[in-house]
Order: sequence, then C-alpha cells, then structure tokens
Amino acid sequence: MIPKASEINERSSWKEMTQGGEIAGGGTARLVETGQWRSRRPVHLTDKCRQCLLCVPCCPDSSIPVQNGRRSDFDLMHCKGCGICAKVCPFGAIQMCGEVEE
Amino acid sequence: MNRRDRLSGNEAVAFAMKQINPDVMAAFPITPSTEIPQYFASYVANGEVDTEFVTVESEHSSMSACIGAEAAGARAITATSSAGLALMYEVLYVAASSRLPITLACVNRALSGPININNDHSDSMGARDSGWIQIYSETNQEAYDNFLQAMPIGEDPSVRLPVMVCQDGFITSHAVENIELLDDASVRALVGEYRPENYLLNPETPLAVGPYDISAYYMEHKKQQAEAMKNAKARILKVASEFEKLTGRKYGLFEAYRMEDAELALLLIGSSAGTAKAAVDRLRAAGVRAGLVKLRVFRPFPGEELAETLKNVRALGIMDKSEGFSSCGGPLFAEARGALYNLEKRPLAVNYVYGLGGRDVRVEDFVNIFGELSSIAASGKPGEVYRHIGQRD
Repeated sequence: MIPKASEINERSSWKEMTQGGEIAGGGTARLVETGQWRSRRPVHLTDKCRQCLLCVPCCPDSSIPVQNGRRSDFDLMHCKGCGICAKVCPFGAIQMCGEVEE
Repeated sequence: MNRRDRLSGNEAVAFAMKQINPDVMAAFPITPSTEIPQYFASYVANGEVDTEFVTVESEHSSMSACIGAEAAGARAITATSSAGLALMYEVLYVAASSRLPITLACVNRALSGPININNDHSDSMGARDSGWIQIYSETNQEAYDNFLQAMPIGEDPSVRLPVMVCQDGFITSHAVENIELLDDASVRALVGEYRPENYLLNPETPLAVGPYDISAYYMEHKKQQAEAMKNAKARILKVASEFEKLTGRKYGLFEAYRMEDAELALLLIGSSAGTAKAAVDRLRAAGVRAGLVKLRVFRPFPGEELAETLKNVRALGIMDKSEGFSSCGGPLFAEARGALYNLEKRPLAVNYVYGLGGRDVRVEDFVNIFGELSSIAASGKPGEVYRHIGQRD
C-alpha cells in the first residue's frame, strides 16, 4: 500500500517515502501551511457580519470555513491575504490589517 | 509459431510495437526513426492495434504526452532520433524521476552540428544521466528482441524506470536482414498487461504525480531512483533468461566474444560489433589472443561485471561512437576505465573515438587498432589515451 501524505514527513527515510514523490490521498493541501507569505490579514468583524456568505465563494483559497450555514473565522493557515473578501463584503464586516501590527 | 522474415530495424521495432499493442503512442517524425511511427500509424489506421495515436507538434510534446498517459495508468511509447531526443531532454528527466516506465525507440543519429543525419551515439549519450535505462542493439534481431524485453524490465515494481531501446540509424534501422519474429501470443505472455499499483485514473486512491519537491525530500527521491537503477540490473538478467527460454536467444548486460583467454580486447556499443567480431576472428586465426566486449546495457552501467570480464586483459581499446569534448576521452571510456580502477591488476586502456556522423569503420580499422593494442601491451605504455580514427589526417 502506498503511504498517505500524512504518514510522510521530514524525518522519513527514503525507504518510507512514495516513489517519485507521488502524493496519495485526496485533499492533502489541507496539511500544508501556505499562508506563511501573507503580508496583510483579513479580520472578521462579527458584529457587522450578516452571514450573507458572499465572501465564501469569492475566496480563491477556500479559507473561509462554513458550518451549518454560518461562516466562522478565517483559516489563516491557507489565507494569502489577497483582500478580495474585504472588497466584496457589502457590510464592511471584513477589515484588512497588517500581518505585523502597524 | 515463430516465423522467419526479412525486416529493417525500423520495421522490426514497429512490428514489436504492434504485437505489444500499447495504450498510447505519441510521436513526432525525425530521420532516421520516422518510419517507426509511420508504420505504426498504418497499424492504427488498419485497426490492427487499439492504441491511441497522438500526433504532436514536437518531441517535447511527444514525451510530455507519454508522461501524462503513463501517469494516468496507460502503457505509452514513442520513437525518436538525434535533435528529437535533444528536444525531449527536459521531460526525459521528468519521466524518469516520476518513475514512469515509458518505452522509447531511439534510432541513434548524430546531434548537430554541423547538421548530419547519419549514425553515431551522441544523441542517447547526451541523455545518459537522465535516469533512463539504456539498452543498445547490434542488429535488427536485437532491436526487436530488446524492445520486447523493455516493458517487463521497466514496469517491474522494483524498477519503475523508463527504457530507451537504441539501434544504429540507417546501419540497423534501414538495412534489411533476416529476422525471427515471435508469435503474438508469446509476445503477450512475455510483455503482459501494464498494471501499475497506483495511477491517476484509479478512483480508489486519489494521486498527485510530479509535485514540487522541496530540499527536505528531493535527496530521498534521488536515492530511490539510484536504487531503482541498481535493481534494474537483476531485472534485466531475469527478463533475458525468460526471453532465452522462449527464443533460445541469449542476452546479458554485455556480450563477451572470444574473451576467455583474451590479452587484447575491444569494448564497444552497437552495430560495429559485427565488424569487430570479423577482425577478432581474423586475428584469432593468426594466433592473436584478441577478444571483444559488446556492451548491451549502458544504463545501469555494468561496472563490476565488466571489470570481472576484463581483469586479465593486457591492453583494452574502448571505442566511443560519440564525442564528449572532455579532451580526455568519450563517455564509454570515462565510465569503463573508471570501472577498472579498483582492480589490483588492470588492463592499460586507451580510447578510440570513431564513426562520428556515419563515418564508416571497417574490419581493417579494427585490425589496426588491435595492432596498436599489441604494441601497448608489449611496451607497457599506453601513450596517447585519447585517439580518433577514421578522419583524414
């Protein structure tokens, strides 16, 4: 059986790894932190949010988790800080601020 | 029933491809390999194979299409020569490092420049470090036999590497010789179906192939590839032994011709072996202990096996049908001489670069070389090790 991506890490020997770097299993991008190079971060202002969910399909990185028809806070492990969500929000409920405190 | 026929090297390889009936062939025409996809296209048009024939716009694309097909779980093949192989270089590495056992029929032709369509080995020698298994053929029969053995070698789970089956352009590819062909059922039994453990179109295991490999993982994947190439040696011999049971024709990593007690020997690759054997026979008849080693498998390089066969030779001529411009010898010389280095007693070795761009090599040329080797053995001094023959001086 081919090992799953979650079973391989930077301590695995060459004998334990998949041939040619194949990645087995679906949705493995969830495991990988790709939000490290963000320079601005979105802040969810819950008091202004009406839960219209317009931001959700506009996010290019699926970084706005939705459960039971309601969005929760940003998935900052994958958010790149592009700011599209803040632009499309009709209620000003998403504010972009510096990754490092300005 | 096996049957006898008369085929050119290109016809023989195309016929092997037809008998294998692969899933995908992607190819772009280039002399002298053009006939292979041309014959194969007629098999496709006549409904004699089930293959998806992909007409591409370049060799970079033909190899890329093969990579996609093989990753998807299909058996993919292609054919090329010279500049076509050079245009594939980038993706040859992708095929090998993604561990996709594609089979490529390489009809060896000189690489430009000056532009030339005739035979030497500069094209495939340029790809020698790409991670492909390289098997070279002396005759049409060997080109056919080697192509049939390629998939059982490359597709084996212990190997999973692409295989390049080489023959000499025009000399082998266009000359018609007697040949013995296997019947289709025997070919199918030998080559079987391609059943990879994991592939893109398998809904049971979603798979990503060819991802970006950060430095924390890259070295491990290269080590795997190096181990696979080492494993290929045993697999090549196992497939050769199965092939021998089927046909009576014996193959190894190389052929040692009259080497038992040889004091003077040549090491070379490809169609020139027939000419060299004639020279060896002539010298043996005159009492000279001459022998020949014809390398069949260049990748993996059978260094230890060659050292064992050559250890008692006094003077060895290593023949390169490609220039390396290293200023101290061609690629076969570099590797073969290196393989002898750790022997306690080793032959004196000199390099002969020959046959470039289709320059003829004759029995007399080999007899002359044996004469030079004899002087080297007698004097114990190799003299100039980097020699060219066949050019007008």
